[in-house]
Amino acid sequence: MSTTVIEGVPPDPILERRELVQRVARKTLDRRVLVSRAMVGLCGVALLVALVPLFAILYSLVDKGVRWWSVTFFTKVPQFPSLIDPNAIGGISNAIIGSLVIDGIAALFAIPIGVIAGLFLAESDSKFASGLRTTAEIMTGLPSILLGIFAYQMIVIGFNEWGIKLPGIGFAGIAGSFAIGVLMIPVIMKASETALRGVPATIREAGLALGARRGVVARKVVIPTALPGLITAVLLAFSRAVGETAPILWVIGASNIIEWNPRKEMASMPLEIFQSATSPYVSLRDEAWGIALFLVFLVLVLNLGSRLFAAWLQRERR
Amino acid sequence: MADPSTMVRLSTEMSDQEGDPRSGPISVRFEDVTVSFHGRTAIRNVTFDAPKNKVTALIGPSGSGKTTLLRAINRMHDLTKGAVVSGSIRLGDTDIYKGGIPATLLRTRVGMVFQRPNPFPTMSIYDNVVSGLRFNGIRKKSVLEEAAESALIAAALWDSVSTRLNAHASTLSGGEQQRLCIARALAVEPEVLLMDEPTSSLDPISMRLIEELVSELKSRVTIVIVTHNMQQAARVSDLCAFFLMGNDRAGEQIEVAPTRKLFSEPDDPRTLDYIQGRFG
Repeated sequence: MSTTVIEGVPPDPILERRELVQRVARKTLDRRVLVSRAMVGLCGVALLVALVPLFAILYSLVDKGVRWWSVTFFTKVPQFPSLIDPNAIGGISNAIIGSLVIDGIAALFAIPIGVIAGLFLAESDSKFASGLRTTAEIMTGLPSILLGIFAYQMIVIGFNEWGIKLPGIGFAGIAGSFAIGVLMIPVIMKASETALRGVPATIREAGLALGARRGVVARKVVIPTALPGLITAVLLAFSRAVGETAPILWVIGASNIIEWNPRKEMASMPLEIFQSATSPYVSLRDEAWGIALFLVFLVLVLNLGSRLFAAWLQRERR
Repeated sequence: MADPSTMVRLSTEMSDQEGDPRSGPISVRFEDVTVSFHGRTAIRNVTFDAPKNKVTALIGPSGSGKTTLLRAINRMHDLTKGAVVSGSIRLGDTDIYKGGIPATLLRTRVGMVFQRPNPFPTMSIYDNVVSGLRFNGIRKKSVLEEAAESALIAAALWDSVSTRLNAHASTLSGGEQQRLCIARALAVEPEVLLMDEPTSSLDPISMRLIEELVSELKSRVTIVIVTHNMQQAARVSDLCAFFLMGNDRAGEQIEVAPTRKLFSEPDDPRTLDYIQGRFG
């Protein structure tokens, strides 16, 4: 479409601009499509590169690990290979139960503290709250081995300075719970805050406008509304804690029997991987793959489970 | 649309109100009320009386401080840092700021309905309606059930929800949700009901239903309503308070008059300009 220039008629700037846009757009279309495709391709390559190590790890875990899974593996305690039976390595039931007890106790105190602190962060705009938020952010970035040292000093050895006197209790599962719990608190706190802040202000106001006190609104309105997000927050923090090795490395001791008492030395899965993998016995070293696979499987189940549960809860409400 | 027909239409739609609505008892009395946030005045020197069992409309362009004034009546500004309310607002005999009444107690006497329907998403229809009673410590089942039925009937929602009181509030339509919010506010039997543009997010039919409701409810509560919709103000209110933004961007009271008078022969030329759509 081209306008014929008629003598004496002034050119229309709008029509001219419209034509210019059409002409240039058409001319550069091929090049723009090409650039766009190249960019999409680049994204695909980047994704692939990022996924390769992930799948490589998963593949080698399944490949080398799944053969160790058996009834014995999950129900028996470890055993040292002998010359007669070099494959008699027993099982990891003690480590599974140890992890369960240690992480369970950790969750028991970290979840309420974390969620309540998160509620405080979400509801308060005081200086103290913002200080607490910054502290929590720094704590999530701490190397987890620091918490191991902390728990070692405070719980295992004991502490006697600045007028604070704590008797050491020696190596014990509960010391690991302490370290893991302290590690979980800031994670739960931040994630709960995000979930609780997601509740629209107008819903809070509706509660307040009915004469409810802030605490009542938080308990009866805000927390129930944010529940799917809170559950996801808590389970994600928990699944992260289950795999933590460094904080418990020096504090829970070791045990080759099934131990339910958290005051005693205990075994745990991440530590069992470490100990098996550094053992002089070939079969024990190989068995570490089996434990690692189980740990990854657990984390996967917890992650997927929390997401599915939250989605289900969300659906129930419609 | 400086068209005289606008005014004719507004006048014909107006509720038939004989005499001055201010001749009866007073429910809310504003005296030199000024609200500021962090030292910046949002609305200043408001002085007028909202009559009991009547509908008072707060009208004016955006930024004229209508909602700010409304939220001062149930002390919602208490929660905003840097908000200062001066002057006095009296509810009956109580000075709501200086009278020593706790904000939570005041809010059971002054209910509120918001711009967008905001039922509690995790609660059923029934639990939503009785939530205000429960929040304030009432547990007795018979009391809750009677209050719920009465409030839902008053909100013209009983017929459509009485068989599914345990369904989630989110299963209702937008208009029904807003009526649920009205029922929720009514269930604690407040003396005053504040409505902050309650139909601005609703379709015309739902809007009409709520407007009819407002006119019916005034035998039960005094209503103060903020609206951007001139026709709505003309249709539902007995008394109109008109506000404009002053030179320093603070809202100012321009004129308070019986609705019929304000829409037909306002005293202030700025009121006439506004209702005829010349600005705002």
